[in-house]
Amino acid sequence: MISSHIGYYSLLLGFVISVSLLFYSIFCFKKNNQNINQNIFSFLFMQFFTVVISFISLVYSFIISDFSNATVYNNSHSTKPIFYKITGTWGNHEGSLLLWLLVLTLFIFLFIIFSKKQPTKYRFLSIFFQQIIISGFFLFLLLTSNPFNFLFPIPNEGLGLNPILQDPALAIHPPILYLGYVGSSIIFSASLASLVQNNINREWAIHIKKWIKVAWFFLTIGILLGSIWAYYELGWGGFWFWDPVENVSLMPWLCLTALLHTVIVLEKRNLLKSWTLILSIATFTFSMIGTFLVRSGILNSVHTFANDPERGIFILLFLFSLIILSIILFFIYQRKENTSQKKFFLISRETSILINNLFMMYFLSVVLIGTTYPIFLEVIANEKVSIGPPFFNKLLIPFLTLFLIFMAVGPKLNWIKDNYKKIKYSRIVLFFICICISFYLIKKTSSDILFTSILGGAAFYLLFVTIKEFLNKKRNTSQAISHFGFSLFILSILFNSLFSNEFSANMKIGQELIYEKEKIKFLKIKTFDKENYKSVIANFEIIDEKKNIISLYPEIRIYNQPNILTSEADIISTVFFDKFLVINLLKGGEIFNVRYQTKPFMIWIWISVCLISFGGILGLFKRH
Amino acid sequence: MKKNIFYLIILLFFTFIFTIFYIGLDKPNFYTPKEIKNKSLEEFTSTELFSNEQFSSNDIIENNKFTLINIWSSWCVPCRLEHAALMDLSEKTDLNIVGLNYKDKKNNAIKFLNELGNPFSKILTDPDGIVSISLGAYGVPETFLLNNKSKIIRKYIGPLTKENILEIIKIIK
Repeated sequence: MISSHIGYYSLLLGFVISVSLLFYSIFCFKKNNQNINQNIFSFLFMQFFTVVISFISLVYSFIISDFSNATVYNNSHSTKPIFYKITGTWGNHEGSLLLWLLVLTLFIFLFIIFSKKQPTKYRFLSIFFQQIIISGFFLFLLLTSNPFNFLFPIPNEGLGLNPILQDPALAIHPPILYLGYVGSSIIFSASLASLVQNNINREWAIHIKKWIKVAWFFLTIGILLGSIWAYYELGWGGFWFWDPVENVSLMPWLCLTALLHTVIVLEKRNLLKSWTLILSIATFTFSMIGTFLVRSGILNSVHTFANDPERGIFILLFLFSLIILSIILFFIYQRKENTSQKKFFLISRETSILINNLFMMYFLSVVLIGTTYPIFLEVIANEKVSIGPPFFNKLLIPFLTLFLIFMAVGPKLNWIKDNYKKIKYSRIVLFFICICISFYLIKKTSSDILFTSILGGAAFYLLFVTIKEFLNKKRNTSQAISHFGFSLFILSILFNSLFSNEFSANMKIGQELIYEKEKIKFLKIKTFDKENYKSVIANFEIIDEKKNIISLYPEIRIYNQPNILTSEADIISTVFFDKFLVINLLKGGEIFNVRYQTKPFMIWIWISVCLISFGGILGLFKRH
Repeated sequence: MKKNIFYLIILLFFTFIFTIFYIGLDKPNFYTPKEIKNKSLEEFTSTELFSNEQFSSNDIIENNKFTLINIWSSWCVPCRLEHAALMDLSEKTDLNIVGLNYKDKKNNAIKFLNELGNPFSKILTDPDGIVSISLGAYGVPETFLLNNKSKIIRKYIGPLTKENILEIIKIIK
């Protein structure tokens, strides 16, 4: 009760500080203050502090199961384990927006601490633009999604958290993802500020690159965690479904990745200024579009919380105000680049980065169109379509082959101008060897051999080139690790999709079935009563040709609040493959639907994404 | 001049996207769930809106010759339109009409019924939308006509029209 009051009033206070900062930063900017004074710094700290207080009060309300708070009532239950009571705080619309606000205020606070070497006017303007975003979110929270609404009479028990959200990977997935999503807001504000100040140059590139890397790192890890959760918890045995909500997290990622590369050209050659700006603005815009699509209920998936069109309209208006603001600023302040002395040569590092950008923009358009096309079609033609994995696979994979080759060649080129005579025959030979290796590995599968072996060959080529790069003394370690990770990633996915097999049948207890040289035995089931669910654990044995026995224990959970069944797959991961078994209850409770899958190199998909993001963050600690 | 035209085009482009998204808000749920293969409704259990009792779908369906399951929500505009048709149906026939309240808040749902009347014999709740997805529903509103063995006889996506109502009356007679 009291904690809700504290939380609410501290949010209000935070909003007031936000609005005052909006005016104060512009006032300081106009007055030409030479330094960021103590006032503005304490204001920023206060703002961050009020959101922290408010967030802690909400967490506290969840911990003590204070059902006078509507958010707690709708999303928690007193029998829930304490860990999920805490994580339930951001497992709902209101709480997750509060978390979003927390990250927003944290980032601007950190930004001011770490940008002391930058021009003062630029810093004032960054605060100003960031405060526009922050005030918008404060308003959004207070007007449409207040997390501290009261309920009277006070209910005795809450409605419970959706059981599929009760998973450790999902508990940390939103905070990490938000660090990435919201991290892009600071890039947005900083680039608008530097646009107005005509401050886009090498020094700015070096400074903003760090923030890009931080946001990119968290976004990558955030997407990975969501993917791992889908694999373990949803029981579909896949890790990426081209679900609209997955796509909206991929769009800012693609944009940010393009930006990460472009900003290097800006740093080294002082070129591509406008393009860097457009990408910075686009990244945050895509984060906001993602928020809109997920939160407004225009798309439906596991991420959709209770729908409320009011919220959708608010985000939509806010999103487009930000877009219009940036377009206007862009047209007023954009300056022609003086490119006369800085020619682009066809064979150079900067051209290869432009090619990377071209690919990224292509991937981005495919994902964007695939995700929003159904909305457009429904509104314009009143027709329902569903765009699924085949669309994305058909349009993305062919281009991936070329992309991989450029990834191997590009970083080898010199800046400004290089010579095609440097092409070594050994490299071409290596490329053909790679195609042969991949052909040899793939030939037994039924897929389109020519096509997949070239894709596999390109991935192998990149793999070998990057491995060789590690032996080079003048290497760029972070780039090499990320590119190596990416080749590994493509290879793991390729082999995973080619060599996975699935077996599905209805089985009774005690039954045995033989499937492709493996014997599957359904031994027994046991039931347990847990804190907030009933658990049915089955025991299976898989016996292969060499009489090796693997025991698997898939589980069905029957949650009491809300009353929902979930299937927990049992997965045995080894270096080479994952054995994945999931059961479902059929009518009567005696027969179970059993799905058994062997998925090769699953673990390498996770490892390679970790490598990719590790490579990115490594560059942050490199000395310039 | 050239720059202005460019500026205008970009502005128009974003206005267009804005309009589409804005209209799209009224047509939620573009998600397409799995097809119903065996044409028989999956069993589910859920809580009744008013009594908070647990009900299994089969218990409700087996006791009546025909059952109409209507997925609705207080925030859904088309549901408001079709509600009169449902009221009509409940007054004219003795068809067992069951409501499935989709992703709704209890207070809003009750307010909605107080305002427009309650045609349902029972209202089951689906706060997370999980039941609806497992039934193979496309969104709200959506209506299933079932016989007492849970076979789906008719499925209506979107609000019920007058023709649909006449068809339902014809089938149950």
